[in-house]
Amino acid sequence: MAGIPHDHYEPKSGFEKWLHSRLPIAALAYDTIMIPTPKNLNWMWIWGIILTFCLALQIVTGVILVMHYTPHVDLAFASVEHIMRNVNGGHMIRYLHANGASLFFFAVYLHIFRGLYYGSYKAPREITWIIGMLIYLLMMGTAFMGYVLPWGQMSFWGATVITGLFGAIPFIGEPIQTWLLGGPAVDNATLNRFFSLHYLLPFVIAALVAVHIWAFHTTGNNNPTGVEVRRGSKEEAQKDTLPFWPYFVIKDLFALAVVLLVFFAIVGFMPNYLGHPDNYIEANPLATPAHIVPEWYFLPFYAILRAFTADVWVVMFASWITGGIVDAKFFGVLAMFGAIAVMALAPWLDTSRVRSGRYRPMFKWWFGLLAIDFVVLMWAGAMPAEGIYAMISLIGSAYWFAYFLVILPLLGVIEKPLPMPATIEDDFNAHYGKHGTPAE
Amino acid sequence: MLKKLAISAVAALALSGGAALAAGASGHVEDVDFSFEGPFGKFDQNQLQRGLKVYTEVCAACHGLKYVPLRTLADPGGPGFTEDQVRAYAADNFSVYDPEIDDDRAARPADHFPANNGVGAPDLSLVAKSRAGFHGPYGTGMNQLFKGMGGPEYIYSLLTGYTGEEKEEAGTVFYGNTAFPGGWISMAPPLADEQVEFDDGHDNSLHHMSQDVAAFLMWAAEPKMMARKQAGFVAVLFLVLLTSLLYLTNKRLWAPVKKGAKAA
Repeated sequence: MAGIPHDHYEPKSGFEKWLHSRLPIAALAYDTIMIPTPKNLNWMWIWGIILTFCLALQIVTGVILVMHYTPHVDLAFASVEHIMRNVNGGHMIRYLHANGASLFFFAVYLHIFRGLYYGSYKAPREITWIIGMLIYLLMMGTAFMGYVLPWGQMSFWGATVITGLFGAIPFIGEPIQTWLLGGPAVDNATLNRFFSLHYLLPFVIAALVAVHIWAFHTTGNNNPTGVEVRRGSKEEAQKDTLPFWPYFVIKDLFALAVVLLVFFAIVGFMPNYLGHPDNYIEANPLATPAHIVPEWYFLPFYAILRAFTADVWVVMFASWITGGIVDAKFFGVLAMFGAIAVMALAPWLDTSRVRSGRYRPMFKWWFGLLAIDFVVLMWAGAMPAEGIYAMISLIGSAYWFAYFLVILPLLGVIEKPLPMPATIEDDFNAHYGKHGTPAE
Repeated sequence: MLKKLAISAVAALALSGGAALAAGASGHVEDVDFSFEGPFGKFDQNQLQRGLKVYTEVCAACHGLKYVPLRTLADPGGPGFTEDQVRAYAADNFSVYDPEIDDDRAARPADHFPANNGVGAPDLSLVAKSRAGFHGPYGTGMNQLFKGMGGPEYIYSLLTGYTGEEKEEAGTVFYGNTAFPGGWISMAPPLADEQVEFDDGHDNSLHHMSQDVAAFLMWAAEPKMMARKQAGFVAVLFLVLLTSLLYLTNKRLWAPVKKGAKAA
């Protein structure tokens, strides 16, 4: 697909020409920042900038924390207290880093659900979507390992539970688990490798973010109508778009400031709100906490992991058909990773030719239900896995899979889409024009 | 737009509520109005000094405070000791093992409060942050913004929550307590009315001393709380200004574009 026609960088001065013929870096910067962007983007298109900011914040605060942190089972907890008490500004840096992870996930979930509603994953943006899913997976791995580093009770027992998942893989599970942990149980070797990887992965994420941006700068942004920018000529494209700078940079910065306002209020006034009190108790392999709960951003998938117990018929069936190789524990692990896999496959599961949920009357409702399902699963994941909560988790998990595997493929066939605006310009004018009504 | 914001806000609440709910149920925790709660709350310097005295004379017999450096007693936002007071307090109350002389010596400001592993009592450095906090309303935990974490309330409730009942199990005596999870604690009632005398003649009922020592332990767990709230306040103030300016910039920047749409 040809890119959106627009003005390109022209080296003017002698130095610019000299540099351009050797390294066209100014052209890269110019074309990136001046990319034609659909002018009808709404406020759900701000999360990309917020996420970029989060990555930078985490890397900067993280690099500083590493200067004072000691990755050793006997010293890690004390070194965190050293940061909190003795390092200049250390308490703020640590709280920014810990709460920054929460902001990161809050933003990524809204970003993902934006994509799911407006069909941003559909052709030609499948690669952007897949890279995004990879980033999300790496984020989860990084956050999980980062949570282990303070070496509190939840760090230790969370690590024990989650690495135990790999032990559920038939035949090769236990060797894999031992290999991951660097020993038979979570110990100093585990802490050291988690520290190493927690430092490494954010840079892998940064590289993937560059690819993610490259991919959608090639296809152009999606927009709330899902209608493509006209590409016949530069003049036509200019009716549908505005350059990223200054229009969207300023808009996004405004949104970032609003988000940071809330973020800094939380960091300043209730920094432990999203954490677990037990993590202020040093890790003790001999005392298991009453409740082992992951951080809030893992809860939906934690609920799915625990939903498939041995008395659920699909689990019994899977166990019977595989001769007992797939037991309830392994089934839960498969379901948890499967829940992310089906989301990654959305571009190929969605059969509708209409991108935006705005023009899909039936899809809207099913999507709304998916968003509610996600919140319900998050709530259920925090509850003890028994009685009514187990039932709710199971129903929630079933809907998650049904949405991607059944509803998305079917809707494209049976749904009659609403009329769409012919161009982005029409949509924008309808929204802001004299007789326009806000098209929310 | 508004609808979306509302949805996001509800989602955010629901998301974060999960973590708060997950902290689980414990005994009965009484709500106490501490001076350091809320965005503008401050530690009461006199209360911290009284709490320190209670800790020194009572708690320190069994509980350590190993992550707290003695010199921080003179740090801003804390009990407000002078450096001489810290030196005297350290030397008078604690001795530490010094590997250089291979012997115990009087503690100095550079030392930490000693650890105390004698009877297996937990270290209290972080107890105010590691005990169940507040989770309301409806499990969202938002009340932490105004009421604090709930850790000091737990300490207060524990110290004042003894029912007077005792039971013996496998040679250990347990004491009935309404705040302790499970209702039975192996710590004998540590504090009684008028046990500690305050220099300024402040009320030394159990009720008051429990609040004092709870406040002191909150400071011990979060000595930079004042600095943090101040930084938060400055950040919020600055961001309100920045947000307003960016809002106006954005509005002005887009005005011709939106006007163009009107003309079309």
